[in-house]
Amino acid sequence: MGRYVLRRLLQMIPVFIGTTLLIFLMVHALGDPIAARFGDKAPDPVVAAQIRAEFNLDKPLWLQYVLYFKGIFTGDFGTAFTGEPVIDLMARSWPVTLKLGLTAFVIEAVVGIALGLVSGLRRGRLTDTVAMAFTLIVISIPVFVLGFTLQYLLGVKWAVIRPTVSYGAPLNELILPGLVLASVSLAYVTRLTRTSVAENLRADYVRTAVAKGLPRRRVVTQHLLRNSLIPVVTFLGTDLGALMGGALVTETIFNIQGVGYNLMQGVRRQESATVVGFVTVLVIVYLVANLLVDLLYAVLDPRIRYA
Amino acid sequence: MTTTTEKSVNPQAGKAGTPLLEVRDLHVEFRTRDGVAKAVNGVNYSVSAGETLAVLGESGSGKSVTAQAIMGILDSPPGFVTQGQINFQGRDLLKLSEKERRRIRGAKMAMIFQDALSSLNPVLTVGYQLGEMFRVHQGMSRKDAKAKAIELMDRVRIPAARERVNDYPHQFSGGMRQRIMIAMALALEPDLIIADEPTTALDVTVQAQVMDLLAELQREYHMGLILITHDLGVVADVADKIAVMYAGRIVETAPVHELYKQPAHPYTRGLLDSIPRLDQKGQELYAIKGLPPNLLRIPSGCAFNPRCPMAQDVCRTDIPVLHPVTDSRGSACHFWKETLDG
Ligand SMILES: Nc1ncnc2c1ncn2[C@@H]1O[C@H](COP(=O)(O)OP(=O)(O)OP(=O)(O)O)[C@@H](O)[C@H]1O
Ligand SMILES: [Mg+2]
Repeated sequence: MGRYVLRRLLQMIPVFIGTTLLIFLMVHALGDPIAARFGDKAPDPVVAAQIRAEFNLDKPLWLQYVLYFKGIFTGDFGTAFTGEPVIDLMARSWPVTLKLGLTAFVIEAVVGIALGLVSGLRRGRLTDTVAMAFTLIVISIPVFVLGFTLQYLLGVKWAVIRPTVSYGAPLNELILPGLVLASVSLAYVTRLTRTSVAENLRADYVRTAVAKGLPRRRVVTQHLLRNSLIPVVTFLGTDLGALMGGALVTETIFNIQGVGYNLMQGVRRQESATVVGFVTVLVIVYLVANLLVDLLYAVLDPRIRYA
Repeated sequence: MTTTTEKSVNPQAGKAGTPLLEVRDLHVEFRTRDGVAKAVNGVNYSVSAGETLAVLGESGSGKSVTAQAIMGILDSPPGFVTQGQINFQGRDLLKLSEKERRRIRGAKMAMIFQDALSSLNPVLTVGYQLGEMFRVHQGMSRKDAKAKAIELMDRVRIPAARERVNDYPHQFSGGMRQRIMIAMALALEPDLIIADEPTTALDVTVQAQVMDLLAELQREYHMGLILITHDLGVVADVADKIAVMYAGRIVETAPVHELYKQPAHPYTRGLLDSIPRLDQKGQELYAIKGLPPNLLRIPSGCAFNPRCPMAQDVCRTDIPVLHPVTDSRGSACHFWKETLDG
């Protein structure tokens, strides 16, 4: 097990180098960041040259990348055009996105599994039909429509919550954005859990559990649910990374200055330091989440052993 | 400890004359989209303490469904018991609440299934699954339950029980897994065990070992045993009496050796004739012609009549009752006398 984890962590190194390089090249391909910064006006050549020198833009691309990479190891992720070190920007926005993403994650896991379990146990009955119709509706509504509608109704019309999230993103204000961010995944988790539960309900080992005279509650929680959750956990794990990176729409609607927001700014301004920095961390988050899923998978299903 | 006192308190267990379990006129149907499948149509059988009843019959004849109805683990819906009685230790199980039935399940009657690999929970250790019996039914602590689990594994002769108690089902061989199923059924020393083809999924080499173990434990604990099987060889060795099922009915019931010597139903004869025999090596094996009936449309009269070499007009119109052939045997055939003599 320990060797497996070590191997997986080592595998992250080439992935890390590869993605940073790829993003670096992509941002470069977007065009001249100086021109982008000055918009329609032609930049003053002296100022432009100064900026180029400051951000290493006057050097060949490969050297820019090497210099950037060297910086990372000293904790220097470069500087945004605003003059703020990218590391500070990340330190400011990651906690916010992490909070939002985890809120969404908890909502989709808890509500999705509970709803899916009830549906699966009562397949074909009213509760199930209603829950399935509900998930279909959620999946088919675009996130920004749902977000703006809920924001308008709850935040403006009935004014039960603040329409936007205040600075520092306190947890209680993140519940609605979290729900919006979680919505589509929540619907998938519900459907996945339902299918898995309904399938396992017919399994021989469930019949054995009943034949042992176990109370229904125990049959469901100890026997049925643990087996049914195996595919759900896989989905949840891969979704964790997606929630962090995909929070852009939700962050924009509720004015949350998180990773998505800053990444968008970076892309607009063609600041490679910002974009590469944020994306790199996103990739790492994604890889770590995947590793955790695989490990959790082995805990849930003893038939899987990693060596 | 607790179990032994409970056992001796029970007035019905083992008393001569009153069978431990008596199934009377049991009917089970499955209400499916395609129609109502009448899987069990008036089954009668009984088992006493220490007795082994073998239930024989082709696939789909309702052997397992009858067992599930007795255990109270019928897949419902679509399965429903529509008629009959299941008298167990003096009580009709069909009149009990689900809670009362649950207390009986596992504790007073237990079931062993065919495929131990799929019948054991793949994500829980065998120790946990064995210990669960004591924890749920007797409120035992986790630690004591584990000690009991090890004891049980020893009892069914699983080597190195103490080391293997934390292993998962997939880490055992097929024979060992079935021993674990047996241990689980035996845990609370039930009065009745239903074994549904307990050796079918096993290698031929271990089939006999597992069957011997089961028979030995049954004798030791003086339990009633219902053994559902296809294997007529096994039946001859361990069973006291046989019930032959066809299309959800008992067509013949008799003490083992009488039935082997002289079947009183053409279907039983067909089954016996289809066993490969050493002295007839090389000859083509006899097979009952035709297929088992579709349970959505069971033939009128005797359900076996379309396949029966002796069928007459009466067989197509009248359902034969179980005629008493002797005190201890019965045949549901209009021509049981002729069959017996023929
Ligand atoms: N869950 C179910 N849903 C619908 N029909 C069922 C169900 N279980 C059993 N049946 C019906 O009951 C009939 C009898 O099934 P049963 O399992 O008792 O046969 P069996 O005698 O045990 O056969 P086998 O030797 O193959 O185990 C089947 O043919 C099937 O039509
Ligand atoms: Mg069966």
